Amino acid sequence: MKRAVKQTSKRAARGKVKSRTAAATRFIGMPLKRKEDPRLIQGLGRYVDDVQLSGMHYAAFLRSPYAHAKIRSVDLSKARTAPDVVLALAAGDVAGAIGPVPCAAQIPDMKPAPRPVLATDRVRFTGEAVAVVVASDRYAARDALDQIEVEYEPLTPVVDPEKALAKGSPVLHAGHADNSAYKWEIEGGDLGSAFKSADKVIRQRILNQRLIPVALEPRGALAEYQTGQQQLTLWSSTQIPHLLRTQIAAMLAIPETQVRVIAPEVGGGFGSKLNVYPEEALVAYLAMKTGHPVKWIESRRENFQATIHGRDQIADVEVAFKRDGTILGLRCRVLADLGAYYQLLTPLIPTLTGLMMTGCYKIPAARMELIGVLTNKMSTDAYRGAGRPEATYMIERVLDLVAAELKMDPVEVRRKNFPQPKDFPYATPTGLIYDSGDYDKALDLALEKSGYKKLRRDQAAQRKKGRLVGIGVSTYVEICGMGPSSAMPAGGWESATVRIEPTGQVNVLTGASPHGQGQETSFAQLGADVLGLEPGDVQVVHGDTAVVPYGIGTFGSRATAVGGTAVYKSLLKLRDKLTKIAGHMLGEDPSKLELAGRKIFSKSAPGKSITFVAAVSAAYVAKTLPAEMEPGLEATTFYEPANFTYPFGTHICVVEVDPETGQVRLLRYVAVDDCGNVLNPLLVDGQVHGGIVQSVGQALFEGAVYDEQGQLLTGELMDYAIPRAADLCWIETARTVTPSPVNPLGVKGVGEAGTIAATPALAGAVVDALAPLGVRHVDMPLTREKIWKLIHPAGRRTK
Amino acid sequence: MSVQVQFRVNGKSYQSHVEPRLLLAHYLRDTLGLTGTHIGCETSICGACTVLLDGKAVKACTVLAVQASGSEVTTIEGLAATASPNGGLHPVQEGFWEKHGLQCGFCTPGMILASVELLGKSPNPTEMEIRQALSGNLCRCTGYQHIVEAVQHAAKEMKNRKPKSKNPNNSSAKR
Repeated sequence: MKRAVKQTSKRAARGKVKSRTAAATRFIGMPLKRKEDPRLIQGLGRYVDDVQLSGMHYAAFLRSPYAHAKIRSVDLSKARTAPDVVLALAAGDVAGAIGPVPCAAQIPDMKPAPRPVLATDRVRFTGEAVAVVVASDRYAARDALDQIEVEYEPLTPVVDPEKALAKGSPVLHAGHADNSAYKWEIEGGDLGSAFKSADKVIRQRILNQRLIPVALEPRGALAEYQTGQQQLTLWSSTQIPHLLRTQIAAMLAIPETQVRVIAPEVGGGFGSKLNVYPEEALVAYLAMKTGHPVKWIESRRENFQATIHGRDQIADVEVAFKRDGTILGLRCRVLADLGAYYQLLTPLIPTLTGLMMTGCYKIPAARMELIGVLTNKMSTDAYRGAGRPEATYMIERVLDLVAAELKMDPVEVRRKNFPQPKDFPYATPTGLIYDSGDYDKALDLALEKSGYKKLRRDQAAQRKKGRLVGIGVSTYVEICGMGPSSAMPAGGWESATVRIEPTGQVNVLTGASPHGQGQETSFAQLGADVLGLEPGDVQVVHGDTAVVPYGIGTFGSRATAVGGTAVYKSLLKLRDKLTKIAGHMLGEDPSKLELAGRKIFSKSAPGKSITFVAAVSAAYVAKTLPAEMEPGLEATTFYEPANFTYPFGTHICVVEVDPETGQVRLLRYVAVDDCGNVLNPLLVDGQVHGGIVQSVGQALFEGAVYDEQGQLLTGELMDYAIPRAADLCWIETARTVTPSPVNPLGVKGVGEAGTIAATPALAGAVVDALAPLGVRHVDMPLTREKIWKLIHPAGRRTK
Repeated sequence: MSVQVQFRVNGKSYQSHVEPRLLLAHYLRDTLGLTGTHIGCETSICGACTVLLDGKAVKACTVLAVQASGSEVTTIEGLAATASPNGGLHPVQEGFWEKHGLQCGFCTPGMILASVELLGKSPNPTEMEIRQALSGNLCRCTGYQHIVEAVQHAAKEMKNRKPKSKNPNNSSAKR
């Protein structure tokens, strides 16, 4: 996101509040069971690895064991003659044939850090692909990797981002003076006077550790080339089939019209599949080169090493505030560890932290200096929340520090700094316009649902008994519904075509690319309500560039706010056309017609009625259409949102720390989220639960650890703990509803709310539990070992 | 070198010649085309590849086909048939659908089969028993809560479907 967000006018942000769906909402807002599920619960979903083509070959990649080394030579001769091997290639073999990994983000004065699809003369992270083998058998391809001989000359790895910036550090990329990728600043308000007039200033270093996304389905790609038709079909486990198609065509220098990308069933993404990877281009190239379909399925170890990571920021924060808790100014310097190369959005992600740094508070002055640092690690990029969890974690930790310093309740410090409903649309010092909000309302509901006052009383009683019970509160706002194209690197709109087939069945073709979020169901609810049908009459199709119009994809909590609005607008166009056709057939004013129960009828004269199918049929038979009307029933919308949307809410959690083991046990979790209007509450709950649990992972367990040599120590699920069912408590969810004025559905998006809101609530609760020991801040993950050491500073066991 | 193996998979008999190192998961997926058994790691941690081997939930990514030879295998594709010979879903499948116990669906076959094993052993599990029984199955989408509800729903449904027994177990599932 560029800073062009300022261009969004207040007028646009206000927009129309009234939801036009209000007339007939039989299905919108209902917890309908998912249409996706029957195939998935029977094992009939088709993920990339489930696609079998005749004559299919398999690719396997040889990856660098070094974090930083020169490649002296790659000898493929033995691999090429290994059993069942048809091809083995290294960088030299594809030179000039495949372009580098694309980066869509542009930051002024950003140094280039392009990644070749296979390492050329140097490797810059462990797991970087050096060579590829194609064999007719899955196991044979893997075997042949052992026959490749690579001569490396190890170089000193650059692992610590602070040391990476120090004078004398080895430099990753030729032509760079140092390892800084860029410097980016954002500032608003009068910081000088904020800090001058402050009663107090607190400084704190806040780390946001590197995470591994761990979509349960690793990445995978399968390519087939039809020589006669000159058609390349690429199945990929991706969140962005159209953008991938454009980029693959560019990388291979073939016409985009010759490329079809299919995102079949996709087993989770969380941002890690919002990217263009070397393996996707290579598999496509190899299919063209060998004349065989070529499949590559990522192993989990490869997934950890060579699929993007998330977060990884070091923030040095200063906050200026008054004795009554009013925050006057916020200043920070952030180092973002970008890894060795830029993937699709790498440099951009930490800038979102800057945009959202003041959170849901009226902080008049703020400044962030951001330095992107190149290190010998896998690239960071968008991981669920992408830059905003870092911002929310930082500002929420700061609010807790202020509360602790002033001995105020953290709830009161937050409330004191909220903008009020009358302040919306609210302009932040970082140039954003928050669309709508009622932060007190969500906070009050969370206090009520959690029984906050009683929680505090109980905590005081437990503390007297020496028990370490903590309560964490997080009030958050997030930037979602991405977004206006003016502020996005490559288009922020979304498309939808709705086609009503001659039999009356409705096809919704969306440019969004859902992979678990459930839009096959929620968009069918939308279609059923607008056209007066049943959800079973509406089929939602996505993920195939040969079938659906060009779209942007699913990420940034945008599929419903932007993609859903495109669907809605196309549905309205068809409803309008159908009422004109029916009006013509019935001799009735179209504006008096209504669609319900698979009929189109006059509101004033119910006898004047035809079936939905009859009106549809008339559109195709085309003998009884109004003059000048085109036959057919198909409408396409490319919807451009005027602004982002800004969901918000309050999360409260209660934990107990075991002083003997340092173990954190979750006792209560209350989430109040406001994502505007809700299409399907079941799906929203699912998104909230999943997001919160990913936050539990970050807060308590997860962290990608590279050692001093740049080896990824957490290279497997054996060493990298993601939450399990038994690690959690029951999550209590509730909602307030503040519709977004940005789109006619009034929806805001909810896919990332949990990961943005929960981490500071969890960390805040643990710190609160340890507050009697004088603890004010602990960096995540809050592992047993770390907590135990805080409780037992001398390393001795307590009685 | 190849070795002969034989299985009953989802009620049908199969005989094949396989490499001794072939994983059961690959045999099911690539040889028999039963792609509902997913592979999410290669270390028995994630549980996406869980199948029932002679009624016991095992992780097919770390079982060799030759080890499993001679066994009865139930994969997700065959589960419905084991529950109701005249079609229809298994109550655990219904529970997952009813309670939104899945999002991307990748962990789902393994989750369902692990839940089937649990309910076979313990028809009235508590919330914590369900959570612990599913600790060998990872889900990154749902946060597990709807999965717990799905299993609770299935437990109730299985009890209703059973002919009334004389020994009603009264420890009802919590939550």
